[in-house]
Amino acid sequence: MSFDKLRFAIQDGDAAAAKTLTSALVDSGSVPAEILNQAMLPGMSVVGARFRDREIFLPDVLLAARAMKAAMAVLEPLLLRDRVPSAGAIVLGTVRGDLHDIGKNLVSVMLQGAGYRVVDLGSDVEPDAFIDAAVDEGASVIGMSALLTTTMTEMAAVVGRIRERELHGRVRTIVGGAAVSEAFACEIGADAYASDAMTAVDRVKAMMAANPSI
Amino acid sequence: MRRLIRFAFDDVRPADEEVLTRMGMPGDAPVAPAVRTLLDDALEKIAALAEPRGVFQSISKADYEMVYRGEGRNAAESPLELIAPRAEALALFVGTIGENTGKEIRTLFRKDDPALAMMLDAFASETTNRVAEALSRTFLHELHGQISAAARVLPYSPGYCGWHVTGQRALFAAIHPHDIGVTLQPSCLMTPLKSVSGVLVAGDAAVHRFRPQWAFCDECRERDCGPRMASVRS
Ligand code: B1M
Repeated sequence: MSFDKLRFAIQDGDAAAAKTLTSALVDSGSVPAEILNQAMLPGMSVVGARFRDREIFLPDVLLAARAMKAAMAVLEPLLLRDRVPSAGAIVLGTVRGDLHDIGKNLVSVMLQGAGYRVVDLGSDVEPDAFIDAAVDEGASVIGMSALLTTTMTEMAAVVGRIRERELHGRVRTIVGGAAVSEAFACEIGADAYASDAMTAVDRVKAMMAANPSI
Repeated sequence: MRRLIRFAFDDVRPADEEVLTRMGMPGDAPVAPAVRTLLDDALEKIAALAEPRGVFQSISKADYEMVYRGEGRNAAESPLELIAPRAEALALFVGTIGENTGKEIRTLFRKDDPALAMMLDAFASETTNRVAEALSRTFLHELHGQISAAARVLPYSPGYCGWHVTGQRALFAAIHPHDIGVTLQPSCLMTPLKSVSGVLVAGDAAVHRFRPQWAFCDECRERDCGPRMASVRS
């Protein structure tokens, strides 16, 4: 069975077909890592490119992500069994005092779609909790989200604590959210800023390439 | 005058196009059947879960000036400084759709259904905006006979157009919206998340008109002041 059908099922956001096709590929003896790298991830890559070119829109991307998740549910135990490493781990959360998590959740979905392991700490996360999780999970990137100008200042506290704990350079930071800007990210010394979830994936890819683990 | 109002969902239901626009879809983009299904599923959920309600309370211009000043962090010059003194009537307001929809959005994300979660979130955000509009309509109705026939009401919120988001502290101290279940966190975030606060301004179209050429306009992500001003032109 070819990988193309699965790739198309993911691109079309057909979760039921993606799940069935993944099971069929596994049953027919395909190597799980190859199913991931030659069908699923390329499928999500095409979705990302089409979204950037405004050929498709957010709901289509999310349907594709749902299909990817359905396929991953079949594949994940096998990848663990085969000790296939993920593309890298990232700790994600909404900063202290903030409860708006939809943007962070979107970023999480896209990062998982790109093959990263996401350690999602939820919302209202204390600065040290981000760093502790990064150390415990071997994650070289911390991602922070905030909704308002009054809560985004917490991002500076996390960046400050990374320096105080002498992890600067080993743990990188990426920030985003409605009120956050590139200028603000620079001002607080964050390593990257992304205005949307797709850009966040690109920035994380670049950071992981330079520094895959802590 | 203080009014607490519970709305039926149909009174604050946003149009499908508004929800899709909030999801980043251009108005002329074809809606695929799978996306239409998401929209219908989200509608079914929000119609069952939303508890749209709001409160407004009249305020004098002098008292409003104090509320507006807040913690002194507003932009040096802003449209509301020109609009409020010319208003025929003012009322502080807080509106919400309650907590249930937010809980369902989080559950959907946990259940790996980001597509429906996001559609429901967009529906919830737009419905909350409609609550502010419904409060504006009710305020205008209550003022009938006391203000000019040409007067229209628009909501203005802290965090927009130079009114600093910390202005919510003075606003909450004046209106105490606990009777609708909305609280302000120390970070100036309201809970439930799908809540809005601000001032309802009654005045004719000229009162609401301003040129969007203020220092903060460059950073604005919404840029909906044009359509808002157009909506009150008779
Ligand atoms: C780790 O790396 C990364 C990388 C990228 C990352 C990232 C992390 N995290 C996010 N991203 C990025 O990727 C995501 C996906 O593309 C994006 O995540 P977002 O979370 O931004 O995007 C979501 C998926 C969808 N986007 C949103 O949900 C926010 C959109 C806008 C239009 C918006 C909406 C919809 C709403 N709001 Co309001 N709202 C605005 C927003 C203006 C804008 N255009 O962004 C903003 C955030 N709101 C604002 C304000 C002021 C407010 N809002 C309020 C209310 C509301 C609604 C309820 C009507 C509604 C929902 C709010 C909610 N939190 O659920 C109030 C606060 C609510 C509260 N609970 O306290 C209120 C305070 C107004 C009031 N007084 O009532 C402004 C904040 C300004 C400031 N100074 O902080 C605002 C920027 C609008 C503006 N003035 O331009 C990117 O930011």
